[in-house]
Amino acid sequence: MKPVCDTRLAQTFHVSLDRPDDFEGWRDAARGMIRAGVLPDRIVWETPADQRMDLFAQVSRHSPPPLPDAPPPRTSRNFLQLAQSVILHSDSERFSLLYRVLWRLQSHSRLMEDRADADVRLMEDLARQVRRDIHKMRAFVRFRCVENEDGEHYVAWFEPEHHILRANGGFFVRRFAAMRWSILTPRASLHWDGDTLHEGPPASRADAPSGDPVEALWRGYYAAIFNPSRLKVGAMLKEMPRRYWKNLPEAALIPELIAGAQAREAQMVQAGAQETGERPQSLEAIGAAILACRRCAIGCNGTRAVMGEGPETSALMIVGEQPGDIEEREGRPFLGPAGQVLRAHLERAGIPIGQTYVTNAVKHFKFENRGKQRLHHNPAAREIDTCRWWLDSERALVRPRLVLALGASAARGLLGRTVSVQQVRGAAHRLDDGSELWITTHPSYLLRLDGEGREAEEARFSDDLHKIASRLSELSKPAAGSHA
Amino acid sequence: MPQHSVLERLEILADAAKYDASCASSGTVKRSSKGGKGIGSTEGMGICHAYAPDGRCISLLKILLTNHCVFDCHYCINRKSANTRRARFTPQEVVDLTLSFYRRNYIEGLFLSSGIVKSSSHTMEQLIEVARILREEHDFRGYIHLKTIPEADPELVGRAGLYADRVSINVELPTVAGLTRLAPDKSAPQIEGAMGQLKEAIVEARDARKRFRHAPKFAPAGQSTQMIVGADAATDADIVDRASTLYDRFGLRRVYYSAFSPIPDASAVLPLKRPPLMREHRLYQSDWLMRFYGYAPHEVQEAADSNGMLPLDIDPKLAWALRFRGDFPVDVNRAPREKLLRVPGLGVKAVNAIVTARRQRRLRLADVARLTVSLAKVRPFIVTEDWRPVMLTDRADLRSLVAPAARSQQLELFG
Repeated sequence: MKPVCDTRLAQTFHVSLDRPDDFEGWRDAARGMIRAGVLPDRIVWETPADQRMDLFAQVSRHSPPPLPDAPPPRTSRNFLQLAQSVILHSDSERFSLLYRVLWRLQSHSRLMEDRADADVRLMEDLARQVRRDIHKMRAFVRFRCVENEDGEHYVAWFEPEHHILRANGGFFVRRFAAMRWSILTPRASLHWDGDTLHEGPPASRADAPSGDPVEALWRGYYAAIFNPSRLKVGAMLKEMPRRYWKNLPEAALIPELIAGAQAREAQMVQAGAQETGERPQSLEAIGAAILACRRCAIGCNGTRAVMGEGPETSALMIVGEQPGDIEEREGRPFLGPAGQVLRAHLERAGIPIGQTYVTNAVKHFKFENRGKQRLHHNPAAREIDTCRWWLDSERALVRPRLVLALGASAARGLLGRTVSVQQVRGAAHRLDDGSELWITTHPSYLLRLDGEGREAEEARFSDDLHKIASRLSELSKPAAGSHA
Repeated sequence: MPQHSVLERLEILADAAKYDASCASSGTVKRSSKGGKGIGSTEGMGICHAYAPDGRCISLLKILLTNHCVFDCHYCINRKSANTRRARFTPQEVVDLTLSFYRRNYIEGLFLSSGIVKSSSHTMEQLIEVARILREEHDFRGYIHLKTIPEADPELVGRAGLYADRVSINVELPTVAGLTRLAPDKSAPQIEGAMGQLKEAIVEARDARKRFRHAPKFAPAGQSTQMIVGADAATDADIVDRASTLYDRFGLRRVYYSAFSPIPDASAVLPLKRPPLMREHRLYQSDWLMRFYGYAPHEVQEAADSNGMLPLDIDPKLAWALRFRGDFPVDVNRAPREKLLRVPGLGVKAVNAIVTARRQRRLRLADVARLTVSLAKVRPFIVTEDWRPVMLTDRADLRSLVAPAARSQQLELFG
């Protein structure tokens, strides 16, 4: 038994470390203290950064001699690894914590594995905060380029939370080996000349350049890559806390981006606004609703919308492009010259127009004024897509077995994509609701041709209609049988 | 056509690229420019250099080479029929931008994609040219992610992998029906064929490197894909199923889920209302359950309701635990690791800590509290030295006890 009045119990020892991140210094001193049997609460650790004087303690700056027959201090690899991170923390109690854990390790060699232990947990927490600070420094250092007589020099001002500058130097060397750069911080600075890394004295923000023309591009990129429809300010703040903002050129934009976001999204939705409510329950309701439709530019051009017509029980639906001059005035589809051509061909193919529902992909007449004439103008893809909602509503009510699309615009109104009519004509396509889609040219195309070309195209058109007529009778047979 | 300034074009082409969720710069080989040659490094873990107010990480310069496109996909802001401002960069301009951003430590590298101009192969060649200049002329050792165009010549896809760390092809939509309706110019078999080719090339290169140290690397960070959530009728169960098939068939590193968000000049075919962002979050959680927590796809699907949708108010792991209460409580001092991973509120790290700590001594509730964020959530599902939930696990109102307190409903702007 040692005597109770052993001076080591009463005395307080001061250990001065060279630097706040002086791991080797701490380790050497701690080894000596362990071997001398100095209790954890009897050591005051000091660095140049945190000068503290415990006025009432009996201070000894001499290392105590080791106890006779003291075993070599024990440690573990886990502990040493973690300790090297913990030592970089700005918490002034870190040295005492490490010594306390080292002290406990002497009697409990597997202490580090008990990760639910309060001291071990604290070490892990501090190490995690240090690692995060190291990571954030790698992320948030922003170099500014200055040109001087030796060429380009990249300089950054950064304010780390912990003593990580030296530990982090290697990363920037590995990444920017061929550049000349400096990182300035309030506690110290690092300078790389392309060959060696030098440490320098503390710096101030004024020592760093105040701007860089490339930052305008970076800010532009930052604002553009932000998606205003998915504002998640909390998620941003978690990873990029406000205290880093002052040294990030892009962060100045954040308040206005957030403020503008909801307005921007509302505007987008408004611009593409489409009633997503219930579909009209009758053809009359559609006819009334399209008169007031202003969802696209054609809807707003002051013309009258033209509703489809024909029996609601029709097995065949014929879809044209849009009403023309005459149709718009009369308010009925397929009355103009192209309508005449269509009617004549239908009659010849044996398709009764009276049992057919005819309508258009676009309900309003798009035109250009040419003198007194209103000249037909093709609807844009977007206008067809917008009007598709009405066509879909008509199809949902009429439920035709077969749909005939005349021309590319009508095909788009049914398929949602632009197809080449010449490639897809003459064969059936299946639509979502199980009905068949056939596509042929628009009769107005025939009107624009003359001579042999017209004859050939008329023949193909007529051919298509005959195919449809026979397909139509095929389709109606089994259905008729099942009803009987 | 008026020529826009670099800044204007950067804004247009970044704006057009932001619907790609991925910005990962991790998982590639270690490289550095030590020795003074070239520029850049990659060290395994990616770095997020900034965060936008949408909470997404900005790690890479993510832009399109051009937003001109011959395709007409309805969900896409760059579709042919959209009335949007168009711009293009030359490969050299993209290289210069990448390097000047990289030198200032704004980014980890480049994520380059493009609208389709002229032909798929021509576009792919342009993308590869950017990567080639960066790697060969500037000895760039940062991260490169190239979007691969499934319709392009397979030989080109092979070249892309030699320069890029990661290659990706988007499956775009979780169902084939959705793809046909919303991306009429794309074909599911073609997309999957190209993903299959990439997988083969990646596996082949990896094998070759085992035998020959100098065999060329091929996309060392693997391939990933993205699907849009909420633009078609697919349920969460469908999506989970699709994702697990993709992971299995193509050895993907990641499947990204992107909640469909309203775009300017939207096509009329699209639903106008966006799905809740929480849905996307829950899908990522279910993805995690499959990748890190040992849940089989069908088990994740069991956490969904009868409509195949995962609950939005609680996470899928908690939903699963509430449904299969017979598996709980789990004794933290005895249960195998796999069982512990199923306890709501215990993450992989906490489970690892428990497994090492319990070799030392028997754990008490206070010990578990130190290792988790919320003891209240964990408590009904575990047994410790000094704690047993007794009836708690079977209480009918358990859900309300462990579910996060219902925050005031997020304001639905356009409800």
